[in-house]
Amino acid sequence: MVIDDLIEIAEKEKAARKPCVVRCCMAAGCMSSNSQGVKEALDRAVKAAGLEDRVEVRGVGCMKLCCQGPLVQIDQEAPGATVEVQTIGKGPLYEKVTPESAASLIETIKGGSTDVSAADPQHPFFTQQFSIVLANSGIVDPERIESYIAAEGYHALHDVLREMTPKEVVDALIKSGLRGRGGAGYPTGLKWATVAKTASAQKYVICNADEGDPGAFMDRSVLESDPHAVLEGMAIAAHAVGASQGFIYVRAEYPLAISRLQTAIKQAKQLGLLGSGIFESPFNFSIDLRIGAGAFVCGEETALMASVEGKRGTPRPRPPFPAESGLYNSPTLINNVETFANVPAIIRKGADWFAGIGTEKSKGTKVFALAGKITNTGLIEVPMGTPLRKIVEEMGGGAPDGGTIKAVQTGGPSGGCIPAAALDTPVDYDSLTKLGSIMGSGGMIVMDETTRMVDVARFFMEFCMDESCGKCIPCRAGTVQMHHLLAKILERKATLRDLQKLEELCDMVRSTSLCGLGQTAPNPVLSTLRYFRQEYLDLLREDALGPGANGHSSRTTTPAPQPAGGN
Amino acid sequence: MAARTFTIDGKHVSADESATILEAASEVGITIPTLCHLDGVYDVGACRLCLVEVTGVPKLLPACTTRVAEGMDINTDSERLRKYRRMTLELLFAERNHVCAVCVANSHCELQTLAYTLGMDHVRYEYTFPRWPVDNTHSLFGMDHNRCIMCTRCVRVCWHIEGAGTKNVSGRGARSQVISDLNQPWGTSETCTRCGKCVMSCPTGALFAKGVTVSEMERDRTKLEFIVTAREKKQWIA
Ligand SMILES: Cc1cc2nc3c(=O)[nH]c(=O)nc-3n(C[C@H](O)[C@H](O)[C@H](O)COP(=O)(O)O)c2cc1C
Ligand code: SF4
Ligand code: SF4
Ligand code: FES
Repeated sequence: MVIDDLIEIAEKEKAARKPCVVRCCMAAGCMSSNSQGVKEALDRAVKAAGLEDRVEVRGVGCMKLCCQGPLVQIDQEAPGATVEVQTIGKGPLYEKVTPESAASLIETIKGGSTDVSAADPQHPFFTQQFSIVLANSGIVDPERIESYIAAEGYHALHDVLREMTPKEVVDALIKSGLRGRGGAGYPTGLKWATVAKTASAQKYVICNADEGDPGAFMDRSVLESDPHAVLEGMAIAAHAVGASQGFIYVRAEYPLAISRLQTAIKQAKQLGLLGSGIFESPFNFSIDLRIGAGAFVCGEETALMASVEGKRGTPRPRPPFPAESGLYNSPTLINNVETFANVPAIIRKGADWFAGIGTEKSKGTKVFALAGKITNTGLIEVPMGTPLRKIVEEMGGGAPDGGTIKAVQTGGPSGGCIPAAALDTPVDYDSLTKLGSIMGSGGMIVMDETTRMVDVARFFMEFCMDESCGKCIPCRAGTVQMHHLLAKILERKATLRDLQKLEELCDMVRSTSLCGLGQTAPNPVLSTLRYFRQEYLDLLREDALGPGANGHSSRTTTPAPQPAGGN
Repeated sequence: MAARTFTIDGKHVSADESATILEAASEVGITIPTLCHLDGVYDVGACRLCLVEVTGVPKLLPACTTRVAEGMDINTDSERLRKYRRMTLELLFAERNHVCAVCVANSHCELQTLAYTLGMDHVRYEYTFPRWPVDNTHSLFGMDHNRCIMCTRCVRVCWHIEGAGTKNVSGRGARSQVISDLNQPWGTSETCTRCGKCVMSCPTGALFAKGVTVSEMERDRTKLEFIVTAREKKQWIA
């Protein structure tokens, strides 16, 4: 494989394009409401209408508005023209398509009409998105490498291998300002530089696709919609740090992502884009999958590596950090799915381009899985620094049925709840940390006034308690006691002393636990206590407080709604 | 080999760069409480009792797995550390059934001793009273899961000193437990060499020799230490 071969594949793919493209979402969300059946019906309808030469039915990845699936979008050009990547996505996006209604969509190509409702492509949900990671999602066919190559795929890998030294690649990453999307936001370029500098004959690159946060599905969507972007990002990383073997650690609960990755790896190998002497350079790189059994803690990097080695997935103290001594004691680069998916675009369009997007300390975009009490649930990608209000109110359409948003939870069980009063906060690493939450990997759960915050805290504590690996005492036994105290509060049996005990445990578990799971497990409690303390006090036992101690003479059952105004 | 100079509790100390804070401290007679540490077996940093404060480091560091560094200013005792250590012990006592009065290890137990020395005079957390079984199927030893604190010392000596690989951990969180082979009765284990090192390493009454009753389970730690360090010290060659 040389660059001319790559261009030839792209040209051939483009030449085969038809004037009309019917894209049908084949990611897990829509597949769960039978988009497979919809696609088959579309194929049949095209055939029945004799439109095969004019119309292409393409299975694609996530089209973002997951709550309205199965989604089908039809793009049509004037006779003679073909649908280019740039113009795709302008046509109507049909919602909740069924195999029965699919044929009527094909009728519209011939000028007919359909009863199927279509989303408004001018809605802020679509217009306010800024796609880097999801640029190909919903557009390319994730099961055909040619489709990715036609969208400039693997060009960045070629440029890196033939025209850039490893150091130049690392420098580009540093300059881009990309930070890890797996939660902690560690500067990616710096991590690459450390692994590159550590001398060793054997190094590894690992893609963390464990995605265990409740409510998060960003990484899954990327893998299902554009697996080659992740493979290409990993290969570029391997060249930069000097690794020849990569692993993708993906949870077994993601069968579709696994199958897409297997297909993608097979196709990349067949074309010589993975394997030895890639692009006729001395660079060799293979990628293998490792399937996790779905333990949240196995997303923690040291536990993940133990699991890849076939051991019990428990974290170990750091240092040594993976960059010095990781998988099989070799220097190991470990990054998140979304982190890797940003890499090809950074190389193609330049570090300066990337650094121009976002805020001073948080560059680029972030993908969020918008869920909970919100009208438009689905995937959104926005520039760093976008105000939370814009995401939940404009794009997300606010709480359904005219409800009021009370808080937004980010960062899953390691994160916190941001009260409605702070909705004008720009979404970036530092602002969210200041509010007592974290960016996390991108789960964003919206809550309305019917949500009881103590319930939320209890839910996440139960999650941490169940997912604790059990290695260290504060996390293993502390989460049990914290959960018990939260349940006691909810049963209205707790006293002020119990609340003090809870706060004391939060501090202790956070300060003494071995790994990030335990260290952050108290966050949902701490952040709800910070903004909604009264809800805790209102639930305490009647005799727990002296008269008027909580500022109430009687207890209210429903907490007062939070004012939605700015601060 | 390079020496490092630093301070522990205000004392000037020097030690080899490969030493852990725990080793350096014990060299100069400063005791840091530990439960998962066992001389001679690699450390896992699991019990978190040995956490110490190091000036300039925001996080508390485990003394058993942190290597000394030049100029380190280490503090092994403070009101905050004492409070966390007591809480850790309280959590352990509330977690399983540690009824000292009827335990084989009564007055020979590291957990009990630590509770005394660290001033843990009562448990403020709700006892969970879990129902854990006792495995008495082995001809020489027994295992009472009610007394286990999951320090994994027995697992580590079984794998790394004896090399039998009988003991292991299954489950997660509060449901994690020490198992024999493929989670089967200890007596049916085909890998157990009946060496008894696990019993010698256990800090509590969880592992015991058969035939002992309340307060009789005394462990001969010098014997274990001999086994653990004999190879390094060439004590096998008489
Ligand atoms: C309990 C726990 C769970 C984690 N789960 C994930 C995960 O599912 N996916 C992920 O990418 N990172 C996860 N992380 C973070 C990883 O340890 C690691 O920091 C990350 O993969 C580094 O990649 P990045 O620099 O690209 O963010 C988790 C961390 C902890 C403590
Ligand atoms: S903090 Fe929790 S998950 Fe992490 S090592 Fe300790 S017990 Fe395991
Ligand atoms: S049986 Fe004893 S040595 Fe083994 S983990 Fe339990 S307390 Fe530790
Ligand atoms: S002795 Fe260091 S953590 Fe247990």
